[in-house]
Order: sequence, then C-alpha cells, then structure tokens
Amino acid sequence: MAKKLLLEKAHVEGIRYYDVYRREGGYAAVEKALKMDTGAVVEEVKKSGLRGRGGAGFPAGMKWSFLAKPEGVPRYLVCNADESEPGTFKDRYLMEVLPHLLIEGLIISSYALGSNITYIYIRGEYAWIVAILEQAISEAKENGFLGKNILGSGFDCEIYVQRGAGAYICGEETALIESLEGKRGNPRIKPPFPAVKGLWDCPTVVNNVETIAAVVPIMNMGGEAYSEIGVGRSTGTKLISACGNINKPGVYEIDMTISVEEFIYSEEYCGGIPNGKKLKACIPGGSSVPILPANLLLKTAKGETRYMNYESLSDGGFATGSMMGSGGFIVLDEDQCIVRNTLTLARFYRHESCGQCSPCREGTGWMEKILNKIEYGKGEMSDIDLLWDIQRKIEGNTICPLGDAAAWPVAAAIRHFRDEFEWHINNRELSQTQNYGLAHYADPIHVPEQVNA
Amino acid sequence: MAEEVKKLKVTIDNITLEVPQGTTILQAARMVGGDVVPPAMCYYTKLEGSGGKCRTCLVEVSKGSEADPRPMPKLVVSCRTGVMDGMEVKNITSPKVKEARNGVVEFLLLNHPLDCPVCDQAGECHLQDLGYEHGKQGTRYEFKRRTFDKHDLGPYIQLHMTRCILCYRCVITADQLTEKRVHGILSRGDHAEIATYIEKSLDNNFIGNVIDVCPVGALTDKTFRFKNRVWFTKPVNAHRECSCCSGKVTLWQRGEEVLRVTARKDQWGEVEEWICNECRFEKKKTTDWVIEGPTHVSRHSVISQGHYENMVKPKETFSAVHDGRKPKLLMDIHSVSEVNDPSIDLSEIQGPATGAVFNHPKQKA
Repeated sequence: MAKKLLLEKAHVEGIRYYDVYRREGGYAAVEKALKMDTGAVVEEVKKSGLRGRGGAGFPAGMKWSFLAKPEGVPRYLVCNADESEPGTFKDRYLMEVLPHLLIEGLIISSYALGSNITYIYIRGEYAWIVAILEQAISEAKENGFLGKNILGSGFDCEIYVQRGAGAYICGEETALIESLEGKRGNPRIKPPFPAVKGLWDCPTVVNNVETIAAVVPIMNMGGEAYSEIGVGRSTGTKLISACGNINKPGVYEIDMTISVEEFIYSEEYCGGIPNGKKLKACIPGGSSVPILPANLLLKTAKGETRYMNYESLSDGGFATGSMMGSGGFIVLDEDQCIVRNTLTLARFYRHESCGQCSPCREGTGWMEKILNKIEYGKGEMSDIDLLWDIQRKIEGNTICPLGDAAAWPVAAAIRHFRDEFEWHINNRELSQTQNYGLAHYADPIHVPEQVNA
Repeated sequence: MAEEVKKLKVTIDNITLEVPQGTTILQAARMVGGDVVPPAMCYYTKLEGSGGKCRTCLVEVSKGSEADPRPMPKLVVSCRTGVMDGMEVKNITSPKVKEARNGVVEFLLLNHPLDCPVCDQAGECHLQDLGYEHGKQGTRYEFKRRTFDKHDLGPYIQLHMTRCILCYRCVITADQLTEKRVHGILSRGDHAEIATYIEKSLDNNFIGNVIDVCPVGALTDKTFRFKNRVWFTKPVNAHRECSCCSGKVTLWQRGEEVLRVTARKDQWGEVEEWICNECRFEKKKTTDWVIEGPTHVSRHSVISQGHYENMVKPKETFSAVHDGRKPKLLMDIHSVSEVNDPSIDLSEIQGPATGAVFNHPKQKA
C-alpha cells in the first residue's frame, strides 16, 4: 500500500466537518506555520520540491518566490478550482470529501505569501461544492482559523468562493483573473505575469487545489521529508483520476514510483480492463496531453518501463512520450476508435476556444470539421496532411496554452495512429460499421541495439 | 528636468537602431520602416491594451537581450513585446515567421466572406492588403463559412459581423473614448460576435470612430454605404470649427460632392485625431469645410490611382473650339442599355446580376 498524504483520512466518517477534521489532527499545520517566519514557510515548500498539480508541473516554491512584493500593494492568492479538463476530476473529489484540507492549505499559503484576501475560483458546474466549501470556511472562521488576528499571530485572512460561469478557458490563470474581476474570461497577453500584475493589477499567485492541499502535509512532515517521497524531481504524491475502460475508475493517490502497467492492472488501482479486452491507447494526463498507443505507454522508446511520474511520462518528448498533465488518466481499450476520440476532443476545444486570437479561434473549428468528415466516411488522404499542417500552425502561435492543448491531441493521434486514419479513409463504408481494432498498437517496439562506446 | 532617457539597441532583420525604453518591437520596426514592419491587424497605437490578438505581427527573437542572450522559445507578438537592450529580431529574414504568418492569414480568411466586390472597405481594407502581401492564392477550406445577420447599430453605423476578424479594436475604442460602452463580444470561439446584447443603438457622440478603427468592412458608415468605391473618390484634408472635437478630417469627394468624412489617418492607417459624429455624419457639404489640400495617399494604395495630388486640371477645350458652345447630351445611355439601370441596387439582389434583373423594371416602364 503506497503512502497516502492527502487522502489518508478521506474515509473517516464526517471528515467533511470541522469537529472530525480537527479531531483527526487537522489544522495542526496552520498552528505550526503561523509560528514560523513567512520566508521559512516558502523555504519549506521550496525544499519539498512540490510541483504545480494543475498540469504544467512548475515548481510551486519557485512560483511563490517570484511574487513581487512592492510596499503598500496588496497581494492575492487565488486557488484555481476551475477543473474542466475532460478526464480530470481529482479536485472535485478533494473538495467534496476534504474541504478543510483545502482551507487549511489556503491559510498556510496565504500566510506565506502575505495574502489577506484569498479567492477560490470554482468551476460553475460544481455548484454543490460551493456550499460545502462555504460551510467549511464558516466553520474555520468560528474556530478562529480565519478572520482577524488568526491564532494571535496578527495575520488576517478571508477566503471567498467565486463561481465561474462554465468556461474551460477560465482555468487558464490570466483568464481566471479576468473572470474574477468580473470581465469576459479572455486570457491576458503575457508578460506581465500574474506574479507582477495579476488580480486588480496586484501581484497574484494562482495555484491548483491539489497544490494548495499538498502544502498541509509538507508543513506537517517538513519539506525535507516530503521530498524523499517519490522519485527524482517528482516528489510527494499525486492524485490521479482514472477513467475510461477500466474496472475501477476513481481517484487514486500514488507516490509516483509505480509503473504505468501496475497502475492499470493492479487490483489496488484501476484493476485491469473489463471484459478481458486489451489495452489500445491511453491519455495519461488529461485530454490535452498527447495520446499514447499501448506499446509506448508501458515501455519508453528505449525499452525501459514507464513509470507514473513527471519525467518518465514525458520521456522521449512528444515524439514517443506524453505528459503527466493534470492527472486525468483516460484508458481506451481495443474497441475504441481513435478517430472518433480525436473528433470528440477537437469538438471540445472548438467549443471552449475563447475566440480572442485567430489561430485558435479559426483553427479549432477547421480541425473539428475535417475530423468529422473523416469519421463519417467522407475523408480524403490529403486531409491527414492538412490536419497536421493546421495543428502545427496553431501550436505555439496563440496567446494562451489552449491553442497548444487543442493541437497536441490531434498531432499525437496522427503521429501514432496514422494507420487508423488511413484505414478510415480507404474503407469508407466499412469504417461506419466496424472498428479498426487493436491492430499492432500493443506490439512490442523494436529497440535498436546500442553500441557501447 | 532633462533626464537622460536610456536608449536600447535593437537589431531587426540585421538593421540596428537605438530606441527609447518602453518601445515595442513593432514600434521599433516602424521607425525603420519599409518591409521589415510586421503587419498589424488588431494593434492600434492610440488604444491602450490593444494588440496581441490577431497574431499577424509574430516575429522571431533570436537573441533575447545582451544580459540574457537566449532566444525566445516561441514566436512573440511584436506589438506587445518590449524591446530589450541588445535584442535581435528576425521578421522577414525568418522562415519560421513567414510560415506562421502564412498560417495566420489563412486562418483570418477562413470565415471571411471575401465579398470585396460589394464591400465598402475594399480599397482601404487591411485584410485585403494582408492577404495580398502574405497570403496564398487559394484556400484549403472546403466547408461552409459562418455567417451572421447584418445589424444596424444606431442610425449611422451598420455592423456586418460576417466580415469581422474579432480584433477588438472597436470594443476598446468605445471603452476608452465613450463614457458608457454598450457593445462588446458575445459568445466565444468562432461564433463570437460583436453585439449590443439587447438591440441597442450606439449613440455616443464619438462612437463613429469605431468605423475608422475597423480594419475590415465589418463596421461601415451608413451615410456612405454603396455610394462609391473609395478609389473613385478624392481624399482632401479639411477642417472646421467644432465645439467638441478638433474638426480636422479627411473629406472623400467625388466632383464637388462630399461623399464621406473620416478622421485623418497616418501612414499605418491609424487615426490621428478622433472626430465627433457631427463632423463625420452631418457635415456633407463642401461649404461646411475649409479645404486644406489633397491628402497624401501612399503610392501602394489603390486610392492613389486617381493621382489627386499635384494634379493639374486639364483645360476645357471643347467650348473654346466650338465658339463657346457647351457640349450637348446626345443620348442617355440608361434609356437604351439592357444591362444598366441606376435605379437597381445591386447589393439587394441574390447572386450576380443577370439580364432578368434589369428587364423587369424596363417592362414596367
């Protein structure tokens, strides 16, 4: 059984309420942190090697230390709970079950960053979680963990929950800030970065729910001890929301030392693929990361075992690897059609593009239309190259990463599953009634022998 | 208080120049001028916060600065990226930029109706210029283009959203020039549109400027719609005493008739001074204005084909050789022509004009 840091107490009855949470050792981290110097708290987080859990994997301590601290200007901490990536639902579980863990993490982080007003920007569709969080906030306030002069430390902090209006783009940090300010949620042009000019032009840090929650175990056990869990630069534990063709979909906490194969097939985690089907492909980190065929998912191009951590999942770059992303682990079995899957994702990104910059606004719609054509048996060979060219012209040329996120799944699907696209085009009628199936996507990859110099 | 302004050295396409701190790459390139200036569809010097959206001005930064010589990993928008000391920028010398810009032009034209033959902006349209300079001849798009209904925004402005490239200039103009902005962007993605939400007219006294900032024919002057092609009109600088604006305008004349009044624009197509609605829409008589002289039009513009500058009006010789007799109209072409009838508004008919369109009223007559 792997070590659990975040979900350790998730199954204690009534952990959602303050009394039980406190009895189980909750808010001890706040008591500890408020006695420390703010710089020391940041230092602990830096030492822990905690990486942003929202998708990009940027070291959280480093992000905190970039925060500008001009005199007389308020600083803000914003918690990004706008979890809308298809396949990702870890924050939802965390907030539903352990709201006080998030509040506790927010108090510590606000103290470390000097934010007296802290916001939780939550996805509009998570309407019922708002009530859970607000109850937790009022409980914390009644018990003196929020409000004026917390625990006699002289530190004031208020937490507000703000609901979004149902836009994926508002998960991008500058769009989130715009939306929080009451404007249309269009991403801002960077620089300036939020660390210098964020919410109401004040220095702002935007962190994912899981990142903030992870600050609690870091404070409890110390950054040093936290960094010893996991492997290499992937420290601590990560929540993975597994879904798709698996026996036991759900949210799992892993310590990043297990292999992908173990994660999918072991009884402790996903429990294998139902109905004795075979694994065809997997999107390991939420819909926008590149999809991988079974053979490249379980083994890297060098023939090594692939592990569930930041480095190993991205081994080989985008040519033969993928990304850890936000931890939305989507498994596809041999009955799934990659063309259809790619079309679904392309439709999502077209729908969610904010329309601010032209490559993403026009390109996402174009890709969806072409994929639609191929899926419904009207495709032509030249369409595959056209798709490739479009995604290449979107990627990197947009204001925010949504353009990249829309381009990567299409690029990876063509890169690894070109045969299936071609089969769809060559067998127009057959493709409407039948699937391409597993084909060779699970065959072991030939690894060229290395010459030892 | 003559404080020394720090000069930064920047190299654009191997041309080195010194610019004051706070200059963007685009502004620096405009100081150089010529071919190294990246095209800009959404950036507008006078509008704070504009730019960065159309992505046509992407450039490659091959050297970040003297202090940090690493190249920037992605192409950057020149209109919103500040110059650093020792920065090296590649615009037309970078194949990456050329390709990306090619892509952006294709994207911008994807849903554009290409109705230039009936569009009032034709001839002074930035998208036309962009497509001509950086685009390809054909498109690879084979699907139906998105369309919107035309909307009247008040008595003077018509919105033809189908042509819009969502540069946000008009929204920012209204935001910064008028007290209460009543129009903005609705929806998102490729179905985003400029709208007033509940049919509302734009009636602010300076709202007419949104027509001038529009790079395409999405916002047009209803007092000028379908009156004439811009390259047949003669631009002259003129001014008048106005109580609320500078009164410095460009009149677009045909003969002695004032067809249109716009603000004066600089060589980048940007308005020099905002003008009020009264000057723009209501003063359409030559007698309202003090004419200064012909507007300078770049020789690259189709408008310059009229050669209005330094023009010498040829002497009317007909009367002289005919003992003072005026020329006589022998025949009105419209009374005999089968295919030409000024009473028919060609913009109202579906598809191209055919004989059937013209026959009908003739038979009635």
